Amino acid sequence: MASAAQTLGRYRTAAAVVVGLAVIPLVPGLNSSYVLHMLILMLMWSVIGMAWNLLGGYCGQVSFGHAAFFGLGAYTGGILYYHLGWSAWWGLPVGMVVVALGALGVGYICLRLRGPYFALGTLAMGEVLRVTAENLEWLTEGTRGIMLETRTWVAKEPFYYVILAIAVASFVVLEVMVRSKWGYYFVAIREDQDAAESLGIDTTLYKNIALVVSAVLTGVAGAFYTCYMGYIDPEIVFALHDVSIVAIMVVMVGGVATRWGPLVGAVIMILLSEVVRTLPYIGRAHQTLFGILLIVIIIFLPNGVVGDFRKMMRFFLGRSKPAGAGGV
Amino acid sequence: MALLELEGVTKQFGGLTAVSNVSFAVAEGQIVGLIGPNGAGKTTLFNMINGFLKPTAGQIRFRGERIDGLKPHKVCRMGLARTFQVVKPLQRMTVLDNVLASSFLRFPARADAERNAWEVLEFTGLTPVANTVSKGLPLGLRKRLEIARALATRPALILLDEACAGLNPTELDESIRIIRKIRETGTTVLIIEHHMKVIMSISDHIVVLNYGEKIAEGSPEEVARNPAVIQAYLGGEAAHA
Repeated sequence: MASAAQTLGRYRTAAAVVVGLAVIPLVPGLNSSYVLHMLILMLMWSVIGMAWNLLGGYCGQVSFGHAAFFGLGAYTGGILYYHLGWSAWWGLPVGMVVVALGALGVGYICLRLRGPYFALGTLAMGEVLRVTAENLEWLTEGTRGIMLETRTWVAKEPFYYVILAIAVASFVVLEVMVRSKWGYYFVAIREDQDAAESLGIDTTLYKNIALVVSAVLTGVAGAFYTCYMGYIDPEIVFALHDVSIVAIMVVMVGGVATRWGPLVGAVIMILLSEVVRTLPYIGRAHQTLFGILLIVIIIFLPNGVVGDFRKMMRFFLGRSKPAGAGGV
Repeated sequence: MALLELEGVTKQFGGLTAVSNVSFAVAEGQIVGLIGPNGAGKTTLFNMINGFLKPTAGQIRFRGERIDGLKPHKVCRMGLARTFQVVKPLQRMTVLDNVLASSFLRFPARADAERNAWEVLEFTGLTPVANTVSKGLPLGLRKRLEIARALATRPALILLDEACAGLNPTELDESIRIIRKIRETGTTVLIIEHHMKVIMSISDHIVVLNYGEKIAEGSPEEVARNPAVIQAYLGGEAAHA
């Protein structure tokens, strides 16, 4: 029986993190527009990471095409703005519907595939959408992209609080979902689809649920991106390497199927790409460095920074001591 | 009316007929053994009953309703659960979580599902390892986890696919005890088993398959005396000896 006090205890960390993040813009020295820009990107990527984690981490359906949903969300806002003159913010609610429908289409085609074939199917879907967006010029302006003439706010703070609210909402939605019957069904499907099916779990239905929820959250992040950055083109928002792959990296680095993995992964990835970008000569090779990082993570920290935290600490705090030796 | 009825069930994979025109019935409350040499089509038959495969011809009825061609989760929902010969535990979940995942089918509320899961664990003697990650369990316990998971869906009929294969004598006795107990609680059992001692001692009724065809059916004594069965198991020479 989980009493109210226990529930509170369980989410004390979460509450502390939210409060901490909420006060950052009020702290002198930390509230520069550069720091806020970094934090906004971190939060946006943590939303995408959480979304990917639901489908790839818990449900075991590894997607290489989350750019499809990010781009659909981004372009929904962009198109509503460009063609109808609506505020790009309408991209958030309208984008949720558009992306959900898109995800059902992707699911109908790809979810009948298993394992690596599903991954390849989603990879293809992402690329198909990118090429489509490049060529449907009457709708998307093609490679010229769509630019918002004015952004809603000049200051970063409002954007920061919007994405913070989106991240908190995503965290809560996923937490509720993963702890419910659905969470058990998702993990059962990941561990053995045939066994899950014969235990009475409608695997097609639950895989589609995981996909749609994951896609919608990613689409919300995409729609936010349009409003925040003020410019999108197919190369940016439907990018395989800069969106689909980074979504996977965020979760792999942070920790697959962990509660905090996506946030930790997003923080590390954004910091890392900032640091790498400023390095002379090798700055342009950041993709190569990310590739190497991914290999290192898979070999040494297969459960990510969060999942293998103890292992990592043992490594840094003196591995000469045999593990579990105790004493001083 | 029998609980499960098979009528002329046939399965062809390309030119190969894996199961050919098999008919039999499982009466409520029985333990029915399904035996036959390797490759006789026993597991294929299970896969058709449980919905993984659609029969090429014939009908399968459960409580009088046709179930051939239904998806496995629908068949399970109707009250027909199965275990796998090659155990398929949800590896990175604990034993309790494994059983909990299948408890939600009948008990959508978490507290009810947990109560059901603990009951099933107690029933199958898995309570001491409830919090062990199932990946690390020895084979005997993994086989039992298969049974526990199927029981957690509260089936009217349970299909056990070699639930006793590879067990040591102690584990074997425990499994036999559990299978008898399953029947006592009102669940009908259809079991595939190679271990003759087990099958002869627990079955009320035995169906024998060979090369996809039913070659004999009856009580354990009848089947043990049947010349066709002896021939299938020991070869033509022995039957004439």
